[in-house]
Amino acid sequence: MSSPSTPLLEVRDLRIGFPNPRGGEVFPVDGVSFRLDRGETLALVGESGCGKSLTSLALLQLLPPPGRVLSGSSIKLEETEILSLRGEALRAIRGRRIAMIFQDPMTSLNPVLTVGSQVVEALTAHRRWSRADAKARTIALFEEVGIPDPAQRFAAYPHHLSGGLRQRIMIAMALAGEPDILIADEPTTALDVTVQAQILELLDRLRAARGMAVLLITHDLGLVAGRADRVAVMYAGQIVEEAGTTDLFERPSHPYTRGLFRSIPRLHESVLRLSPIPGTVPLPSAWPSGCRFHPRCAEVLARCSTEAPLNTELETTGPARRTRCWLASPLPPRA
Amino acid sequence: MRGSLKRVFATAWHTPSGQVGAVTLLLIALVAVTITPFLPDPRIMPDLSGGAAPPSFAHPFGTDAFSRDILSRVVHGARVSLSIAALAVALSISLGAAVGTTAGYFGGWVDAVLMRSVDAAMAIPRLFILLLLVLVWERIPPAALVAVIGATGWFATSRLVRGEVLRLRELDYIRAAKALGAGSPGIIFRHVLPNTLGPLIVAATLGVGEVILLEAGLSFLGLGIAPPTPTWGGMVHDSESLMATAPWTGLFPGAAIVITVLAVNLWGEAMRAAVDPRTA
Amino acid sequence: MIGWLIRRGLQAVLTFAAAIVILFFLMRVTPGDPLMRMTEDRQISVAEMARLKHRFGLDQPLALQFITFTSAAIRGDLGVSIYRYPDRVLDLIVARLPASLLLGGTVLLLNFTIGVWLGVLQAARRGQFIDRWLTRLSLSGYAMPSFWLALVLVYFLSTRWRLLPSAQMTDPLLDPSAPFAVRTFDLLRHLLMPAFTLAIVTIAATMQYQRTAMLEVLRLDFVLAARARGLTESQVRWRHAWRNALFPVLTLFGLWLPILVSGSVFVERIFNWPGLGSLAWEAINGRDYPLLLGTSMIVTLLVILGGVCTDLGYWLLDPRVRRP
Repeated sequence: MSSPSTPLLEVRDLRIGFPNPRGGEVFPVDGVSFRLDRGETLALVGESGCGKSLTSLALLQLLPPPGRVLSGSSIKLEETEILSLRGEALRAIRGRRIAMIFQDPMTSLNPVLTVGSQVVEALTAHRRWSRADAKARTIALFEEVGIPDPAQRFAAYPHHLSGGLRQRIMIAMALAGEPDILIADEPTTALDVTVQAQILELLDRLRAARGMAVLLITHDLGLVAGRADRVAVMYAGQIVEEAGTTDLFERPSHPYTRGLFRSIPRLHESVLRLSPIPGTVPLPSAWPSGCRFHPRCAEVLARCSTEAPLNTELETTGPARRTRCWLASPLPPRA
Repeated sequence: MRGSLKRVFATAWHTPSGQVGAVTLLLIALVAVTITPFLPDPRIMPDLSGGAAPPSFAHPFGTDAFSRDILSRVVHGARVSLSIAALAVALSISLGAAVGTTAGYFGGWVDAVLMRSVDAAMAIPRLFILLLLVLVWERIPPAALVAVIGATGWFATSRLVRGEVLRLRELDYIRAAKALGAGSPGIIFRHVLPNTLGPLIVAATLGVGEVILLEAGLSFLGLGIAPPTPTWGGMVHDSESLMATAPWTGLFPGAAIVITVLAVNLWGEAMRAAVDPRTA
Repeated sequence: MIGWLIRRGLQAVLTFAAAIVILFFLMRVTPGDPLMRMTEDRQISVAEMARLKHRFGLDQPLALQFITFTSAAIRGDLGVSIYRYPDRVLDLIVARLPASLLLGGTVLLLNFTIGVWLGVLQAARRGQFIDRWLTRLSLSGYAMPSFWLALVLVYFLSTRWRLLPSAQMTDPLLDPSAPFAVRTFDLLRHLLMPAFTLAIVTIAATMQYQRTAMLEVLRLDFVLAARARGLTESQVRWRHAWRNALFPVLTLFGLWLPILVSGSVFVERIFNWPGLGSLAWEAINGRDYPLLLGTSMIVTLLVILGGVCTDLGYWLLDPRVRRP
């Protein structure tokens, strides 16, 4: 099943705690495990508030205070435990081994610095560059991410550029450190539909050309098809289903995944048939007992409200499949 | 609205600085009221030849050049300073609210003239306006001092209130037009003023600290309440020539100013944070 | 750029004009006239009084007085001092300007460097021990009357420990032909106490503004993005966050110049610093209205110019307000 080689990135039992204003602590990310291999794209999918962005921030120890990663969690980049890194060692990972692009390119660029100088800064954060070389490299990166007139754009300020161009700048900046992993947190949500496809295509092309692994975080299962190798579906701080993309699209095993599929708008279907999952993701202070999805689940059983389903491994010919649902048929016990 | 003001007070009270500020202020008020009758009359000069004596059991803060008890003068000074500050700030807040609502409500050239004048007035340092006004009197009566300080402190308040009136005029335009008839001045009193209550209370509190300092400054320049009525600024003024030989004559009244203003500002900042939690 | 400068300049001129109207009428609307007030305790004959009135133009109608006054002021003639008759007000002011600018500039420098640095530190350590105590300390400074702090500092640093001189700008016993370095050192020793007095009582505002502005900026996405890129903490804090958190502090300078000017009246008087503040004090003491009015006008002009400089700073530092 799982390959014997060490994965590029392995997250085990990640738990993130925030102090609750009404006392105690809440856990918006509560026992997340996944792996990411070289050159593959893993999509982390879920509604907003399910903990996927916090998970990605924790990978670089960028949780907003006063959030903390609980002991017992582990994030391993090959042999290195990221969670035990501090100071310079941590800085050497950020941007250099794992780079990140964000949802809103309007706010992710510093408005008072030229875009060129911000890319140069990303270059020099990890290596010595002469001024001229850094500028030349930046312009080459601009070209690589498909920015027209790259030499002219060097001295532009962010407010001179369109949203799509800014996201390309962000990607150029992420490529500057030649990272092994690119985390893309809702990279197209803030962009026009036509620009969305271009950006996703660019990401896929760069992944193939550079052999990067991509962790694509999105709320939109529709974006995932044909772009991700594997999908992990998150709900209420946990991964509820994990499968190869083809597997998942052919036979989603978790009712939440099926619900997400039903809520994707399709052009050839009538809008009336679009049926979003009723309700919203509960707050971390009120995760339901038993299966966390049971209050919104169309196929709820009696035991769902009291017993948390186990993470069950399912039979497949593709990449490993797991699901957290009592309806899923468990593997026969091993001999 | 009353409820939201209560919430501001409660939130401010639950911060450490807010509590320190409020408790200190209450203590100062309590002391000023309760122990005043038991202290010697601060105006009487018991011994003209005695000179300043250092702190002792009989005179915990020492005595000044005319052998007057400094503790008694500091406590009496608290009443003078605090009442002048409170009255002057009440005056300037009312003036500011009146001018601000007028400008915001009428708009047009009324607004333009009023606000341009406020801009110009704010460019003149307040102390200089006060100096020009105060210099008229050889011995300024307390009421005139209150009027003069109050009349020079409303500029920022009027801008605050005007902004709120404009915001609410936009916000409630249709509803107000339907329910109350457009242009009813009642809107102002029912909606605008209650809405500015939080920021106004904060401005008033911080204004009290500012006025205590201003009043002390005028007294220090010899332009405030005339002797022998004790004022903190006046006591520091009297101590100037004695500082080298009798530093307690200036130390205690000055410390009284610092503690009072600090307490007022701590409480004011705590309320500001409660009104606008992002800056906490 | 040119168009903007002209508009901003025009606005400043109008504000100054309105301020002059306010100042003039403040002085003349109050009961009595300046000569009455200054001559209350002197023996002056009626004829002499009339002659003086005529000399100062006080026998004219109010509107005419105002026109005479402003048209003279535009030509740079602020009238003649009463207390220091027959010195011209403008000459007296110009003579005091360098000392005031030196003191004010030093305070601005101290305030800006120390205040900004501490405010940024506070924002970075929000809610922690050092943040809470820096707020309390700066608020304590803010609560101090400058004249009292000056007296206390003089008591300790001059009277008791004899570390610093307590008055004047230079040592009167110092040979004026002494080497430049010696004279500069002497000037610095005299500058230290007045400058720090004013800096201590005003620094809280800079710190609070800087802290608040930094907190707002540190929340923004591009700060997180800069961290994710592997930049050092000081790059994130200064190059990215502070560059954006600087603008509110610039605005503060416009609001803050009046406080500095007022504070200098007390501090210059105590330290005998020969600037505009002590000139204002001499005008008060001598009941010299033309001199006080002239000083108020110059001080107002400085404040308005400070505001223009602030806007100019915005213009130069924020690429977003620059037209492409």
